[in-house]
Amino acid sequence: MLSHTSLYILDIALMGMGIYALIAKRHIIKKIIGVVIIEYAINLFLILIGYRAEGVAVAPIQDAEIGATELAAKAVDPLPQALVLTSIVIGLGTLALMAALAIKLYEKYKTFDMSEINRLRG
Amino acid sequence: MLILFHILLFFMIIGSIVAIETKNMLSAVIAVGAVGFGVSLMFLFLGAPDIAITQVIVEVLSLVILIRATVYIDNRAIERKFDSFAIITGLLFLGFFIMAAVWAFGDMTPFGEPLMRVSRRYLSGTAAETGAVNAVAGVILDYRAYDTLGEAMVLFASILGALVILRNRGKKPVVK
Repeated sequence: MLSHTSLYILDIALMGMGIYALIAKRHIIKKIIGVVIIEYAINLFLILIGYRAEGVAVAPIQDAEIGATELAAKAVDPLPQALVLTSIVIGLGTLALMAALAIKLYEKYKTFDMSEINRLRG
Repeated sequence: MLILFHILLFFMIIGSIVAIETKNMLSAVIAVGAVGFGVSLMFLFLGAPDIAITQVIVEVLSLVILIRATVYIDNRAIERKFDSFAIITGLLFLGFFIMAAVWAFGDMTPFGEPLMRVSRRYLSGTAAETGAVNAVAGVILDYRAYDTLGEAMVLFASILGALVILRNRGKKPVVK
């Protein structure tokens, strides 16, 4: 039952929770929470792709015991880690932007309810 | 190790369900924090300590931002009106998405055997070519430094956008 593909499927299910919150919820902050959960799931998926399953995972850092050739034979993939590091920090920036928009919408309409806010004329 | 990953992922899914379905916004935000720390633990066990540290810091900052944006302003729950169209559309789209994802997993390399064409060269040459012992630092600051430059620009632009949106000084008062 615990196969390797089931990890991928659980991660996609976590992303699906975010998509559901983004579509079906009416509270703006719930929609922002959905976007945050989608970000977490995608970052985790990219790291899961770069994992190597031979025993315990070896971080891509050299020290006195692990030399360069042994690192290339054993360590996990460093490339998705570097790009996900970028992606996490950008996620913080977009979260700040979304929160600022939500605060401004609250100042104008005095509510967080999306079905109240859709009077967008004028 | 595989069982641990499954337990952590179930924990995160339950945390996200709590975050989406609860009525109190403070508990929703804190449940998102629990999901984030679960992601951080998972990164640590997957052999990515740099990302785990960054995730913890970003998680704390985003909790502060979300609490400032929600609970500090308004903690009222929106009364539940059963919106069947949105729920059915959401679940339908979710089902299609998961089916397409499972179909696409057949073309990927299996879990635990990554396709490391360029990464092997990065791993074996990072100490000699860049002087960095940590291969992740070698990749983000030397091999792919332009990506990091672009990241800094995106971060700058988004923070600038948030500041412009939140600014009150110098605006005309709204005439009603």
